[in-house]
Amino acid sequence: MSQWLERHIPKMVLAPSFAAVLVFVYGFIIWTAWVSLTRSRLLPKYEIEGLIQYERLFNAPRWDTAMSNLFVFGTLFILISMVLGLMLAILLDQKIRTEGVLRTIYLYPMALSLIVTGTAWKWIMNPGLGIEAMVRGWGFESFTFDWVINPDKAIYAVVIAGVWQASGFVMALFLAGLRGVDGEIIKAAQVDGIPAWRIYTAIIIPSMAPIFLSAFIVLAHLAIKSFDLVIALTGGGPGYATDLPATYMYTMAFSRGDIGQAASSAMVMMAVVFAIIVPYLYSELRAKHD
Amino acid sequence: MTDATLVPARAPAQNWSRIALRWLLFTLLGLFALFYLMPLFVMITTSLKSLEEIRTGSLIAFPREVTFDAWRTAWSEACTGIQCEGLRPFFWNSVVIAVPAVAISTMLGAANGYVIAQWRFKGANLIFSLMLFGCFIPFQVVLLPMARMLGLMGLAGSIPGLIFVHVIYGIGFTTLFFRNFYVTIPQDLVKAAKVDGAGFFRIFWSIFLPLSLPIIVVTVIWQFTQIWNDFLFGVSFSQAGTQPVTVALNNIVNSTTGVKEYNVDMAAAIIAALPTLLVYAVAGKYFIRGLTAGSVKG
Repeated sequence: MSQWLERHIPKMVLAPSFAAVLVFVYGFIIWTAWVSLTRSRLLPKYEIEGLIQYERLFNAPRWDTAMSNLFVFGTLFILISMVLGLMLAILLDQKIRTEGVLRTIYLYPMALSLIVTGTAWKWIMNPGLGIEAMVRGWGFESFTFDWVINPDKAIYAVVIAGVWQASGFVMALFLAGLRGVDGEIIKAAQVDGIPAWRIYTAIIIPSMAPIFLSAFIVLAHLAIKSFDLVIALTGGGPGYATDLPATYMYTMAFSRGDIGQAASSAMVMMAVVFAIIVPYLYSELRAKHD
Repeated sequence: MTDATLVPARAPAQNWSRIALRWLLFTLLGLFALFYLMPLFVMITTSLKSLEEIRTGSLIAFPREVTFDAWRTAWSEACTGIQCEGLRPFFWNSVVIAVPAVAISTMLGAANGYVIAQWRFKGANLIFSLMLFGCFIPFQVVLLPMARMLGLMGLAGSIPGLIFVHVIYGIGFTTLFFRNFYVTIPQDLVKAAKVDGAGFFRIFWSIFLPLSLPIIVVTVIWQFTQIWNDFLFGVSFSQAGTQPVTVALNNIVNSTTGVKEYNVDMAAAIIAALPTLLVYAVAGKYFIRGLTAGSVKG
């Protein structure tokens, strides 16, 4: 008996967590997928009706806005964060005595809640009292910076706050990558008289390809899940100008009482995440086996 | 440290350009530092100004007269909807949610990581992959069924309900952290201990746990930051009175009644941010390690 116990204890320790993941992750995904195929409104129904919720979703102008916002926000957020992060990492890699302090400064936004970030930037970009008022106070009377309340520009305000929050983190990733590059190769290149910028573009940056991939995955993941930032900064407005899939889903689930739409939009979000993450995870897990 | 620098040491004739480049470098680094510090600076100064001064003064001016009224209001008087008790009760809600959720999910992660890394059995890798996968799902996909489940369990809108949710969706990451840490410890250690007659728990308790301090710190910091900063679960699964501090902050800032008190908003934002900022200031190294472990090793 005790031998049997000893042999099976590891499985018994892992079992509750695994069961929880099976039910609360996989079971729940199946539940949501199922409900997304029904006519559920305020309460879930379980008779499958086909793709009617997805038809409604793709015909909804608001969902259209949410998806194109995700595209605009995601592209700019990822691109600018990567460029800024890489640049900061290279600048910091020049044997600077104050590196520790600067790194701490660049990275602290990552410790903040996105609600705090959103609140701060909402105030900074407040047209009446923030940056706009400040620059006008300097004498530039016609200066306008009303992005947070301008339906055509509000999504770019979200990009600014998002980049502020996440770029330091990308910097940390790249800095770790720079430090991992083989010093011998670089020394050899220096001896050959290759200029420093060529060493970066031809040797160091190409050797950091995996870090670019990691940074991309993390940023894409953050972009798709973005919810708090939009809620705090613009509330999805003006109107629904800055709606993202995440805020659309929340609105349908908790204020519109449209469970079918909430479920189908959540499934589309998951599909987008998986399209990005699954190839990555697959290659990672395979690389570990080899 | 790589040896490539933008300005390699060369002949003295090039010294002037070296110095110029060095200055350019420091100017750029300094400007970026200002960009990252500016919002914090504005938050702090705004929170110390009177409303009158905010209306007449400039965004980046130092307060002419420092007043802590906004802080007092934010802490104990500001309205979050119909309730006007400030952030205080919600701050404590967040503490009461975060402490047990962090503790439980860390302990479960340690046990799971120990099993997966050191007691490999058939299927353990598949289980690990399935658990890892759970880290990456957008939580929107579990919001609806979880709301119903919490209702069935009698935990709807309650603090134990929120603790439960944070533990469940934290296990994936905590398991990942501990598994990646324990996998670097040679398996011979377990074999030798087994020969000496030590069992599963004994080995964990007297060999692995004493080695685990760094990864425990990383995990606790990661989980605490995640849970303290959470908004989605907080806003979805709470009700008036059980909301965490992030939800209350958002309610204060976006409440439409009365005069907009920007100084109170900023004081409230700083209060909500203080615990994680403090953790970052004290243990930034471990915070960064968690961030990069979650992304690079994943």
